[in-house]
Amino acid sequence: MQQALEGSQAIARAVALCRPQVVSAYPITPQTHIVENIAKLVADGALACEYVSVESEHSAASVVLGAAAAGARAYTASASQGILLMSEVLYNIAGLRIPLVLTCANRALSAPLSIWNDQQDSMAVRDAGWIQLYCADNQEAVDTTIQAFRITQDTELPVMVCMDGFTLTHTLESIELPSQEDVDRFLPPLRFTRALDPARPLSLGTLVSPEWFTEARHSQHGALLAAAADIEAADRDWAALTGRAWGGLLEVDGPEAARIGVLTLGSISGTLADARAAWPDLPPVRLLRLRAFRPFPATALRAACADLDTLVVLERALSPGAGGIVTAEVRAALYGAASAPAVRGFAVGLGGRDVPLETYRRAVEAALAPGGGEFAVLDVELDRLPEADRYPEAGPRTVSPAGSESPP
Amino acid sequence: MSENEDRSADTAGTSPDDVAVAALRHRQPRFQGLAGGHRACLGCAQALAARLVLEAAGPEVAVANATGCLEVFTTPWPESAWRVPWLHSLFENAGAVASGMEAAFKVQGRTVKVLAFAGDGGTFDIGFQSLSGMIERHHDVLYVCYDNEGYMNTGVQRSSSTPHAAATTTSPAGRARLGKRHLKKDILSIVAAHHMPYAATASVAYPSDLRKKVRRAVAVEGPTFLLIHSPCPLGWGHDGAKSIEVARLAVETGMVPLVELERGELTGTMPIRTARPVTDYLKVQARFRHLFADTPEARQELEHLQALADHNIEIYGLRGAGADPRDTAGTDTVRRGGARWA
Ligand SMILES: Cc1ncc(C[n+]2csc(CCOP(=O)(O)OP(=O)(O)O)c2C)c(N)n1
Ligand code: SF4
Repeated sequence: MQQALEGSQAIARAVALCRPQVVSAYPITPQTHIVENIAKLVADGALACEYVSVESEHSAASVVLGAAAAGARAYTASASQGILLMSEVLYNIAGLRIPLVLTCANRALSAPLSIWNDQQDSMAVRDAGWIQLYCADNQEAVDTTIQAFRITQDTELPVMVCMDGFTLTHTLESIELPSQEDVDRFLPPLRFTRALDPARPLSLGTLVSPEWFTEARHSQHGALLAAAADIEAADRDWAALTGRAWGGLLEVDGPEAARIGVLTLGSISGTLADARAAWPDLPPVRLLRLRAFRPFPATALRAACADLDTLVVLERALSPGAGGIVTAEVRAALYGAASAPAVRGFAVGLGGRDVPLETYRRAVEAALAPGGGEFAVLDVELDRLPEADRYPEAGPRTVSPAGSESPP
Repeated sequence: MSENEDRSADTAGTSPDDVAVAALRHRQPRFQGLAGGHRACLGCAQALAARLVLEAAGPEVAVANATGCLEVFTTPWPESAWRVPWLHSLFENAGAVASGMEAAFKVQGRTVKVLAFAGDGGTFDIGFQSLSGMIERHHDVLYVCYDNEGYMNTGVQRSSSTPHAAATTTSPAGRARLGKRHLKKDILSIVAAHHMPYAATASVAYPSDLRKKVRRAVAVEGPTFLLIHSPCPLGWGHDGAKSIEVARLAVETGMVPLVELERGELTGTMPIRTARPVTDYLKVQARFRHLFADTPEARQELEHLQALADHNIEIYGLRGAGADPRDTAGTDTVRRGGARWA
């Protein structure tokens, strides 16, 4: 049914449609509305589940870990500092190969304190062993949440659904909520094969010596890679049921003839898609959207870049002292490919800085500019900084239409 | 039957009834949730305590275990000493993991009692927040703290359970300092202050009392807490063959009061008829060796520890009359179905 819903409210309804048995969460902006809405659904009797209101994110993650280990369908949500406080448990959940779903309402990390959106939080735990899916809009976030519950039980790997804080969580959109019947058809009851059961006692989370640890990691790595097929299957089956597909691992959109690509993840992709109309004079551009960041869709990326000269990566996270996280991964995936495009990386929209339509034009200009650096913070305002902090290697060099923003 | 009647029946020792009880005891199978052959140090009281807890609580249980000696010595992959479903997650989250397990079993309509196991470090210190949250939310979990008064798994460091003046690797005794400076945290009172249905202390030296408390705790619906004093020969520096003796001395000197609290009210104690001097307990352990140097500072610390024991005896009213209390060795194991029996 089509209805106008705030992103968070839509996610809460989508979670409820998946009939979680245990929900545990701790409030943090901009995730708070999600857990509040779920609590209300439980209070109203619209969702029958154990809602465990805990004293911290560390415990929220631990509660869903325990619940899922005991065979229940479990859900939690967080963001930013909450994700970091959970991080120890997030690694643990993945290492134990426990199926559950977490929504990350992406938000910048302190310090300085910012409650606004970027993707540094989920990027900070990218190596925890979770499947990470990034959503472009709220309809996709709803559909991906439901797909995530399927993927997690098919793979016995935890799934993190990432949606940009405020930009998506607090935006009212027209959403098509699937029917309970459709979700029930799509999502069979959870059967966790290693659930805790006195009739069949298992020991989970044992001490492992060097003789075995490598093998555990090897299996985990293989399972993440193999999960790509389950992610694609879930998207395909969902499309068969609802008519909506989201590109599986990597969404590619744009003319065949394009020699320029722009890759991003999350809600910026909507901005870029809309921006094309604003600058029809610019050369054709292929828009690539990483929907799955883990597992990383290297093969699909290579195929999508085969005939590109330049690929611009726009990302809302930064590894200080190194540069772009996604940029580095994209470069690594393309390295050695027969005709890999040049990769230009930019951080943009950190800590909630607006990403205007204009970003599209700047990205294309960057692709057309000769040379160009390894990585830069695209939208930095250098004149706000003391002279000493205007590091030329961090600021914009390749894109400066008027030349005014170039460092001295 | 009151505790005293229970004891007198068992300590009489000669009547035909007692003979029958002894025979019964031998015939009764005991559930073994923790099998032998694990890698605990010789004389590790924590290993014994965990076995006793499961004997009384099992087999319809599931365990959430915090990081620590117990977790490490029982599960060197690909072996495991546990015969009950067991999950180890992290050092500080046993309370929260157990909460999740309990919520899951509840929503699935299953009657599995959840037990949380942790050392004193994982309970008094780093895991305190998750324990407090678990109790506040009133999860139906028995939380057992195996109190060896230090971080033993990382090599004997002080915890907030380490007694005053004990030497550990992070509170060593030297010329300027005589071991740990601060008092042992009164975790029982803190836990009991959470509107706690049942919280108690127990000792491996009194196995029957320990099992009785486990059964009492398991029968309560809601959070319950058991603090089990569990000597660690490695960390305390006593002969591993004497762990039970050492544990008993801790009780007999008043250093470790055995008490039960219901909703914060004292409802049961193990009285000490003739309290022994604390030096009897201290002198058998290397961690207190520095207190027996012939210096005014050492003597002052001994007096201080004696005063702490006397204070325990006073506030819990442990001084009683009559014969010395003895732990019963009655037919107190429960007969239940299942394949994991000794
Ligand atoms: C977050 C974290 N910090 C530190 C450790 C290291 N560590 C593991 S066990 C332990 C001490 C355990 O002490 P206690 O809980 O008293 O149990 P015991 O080993 O004495 O039985 C420590 C410090 C850890 N595993 N995780
Ligand atoms: S170090 Fe202490 S607590 Fe740990 S296994 Fe040895 S005796 Fe037991």
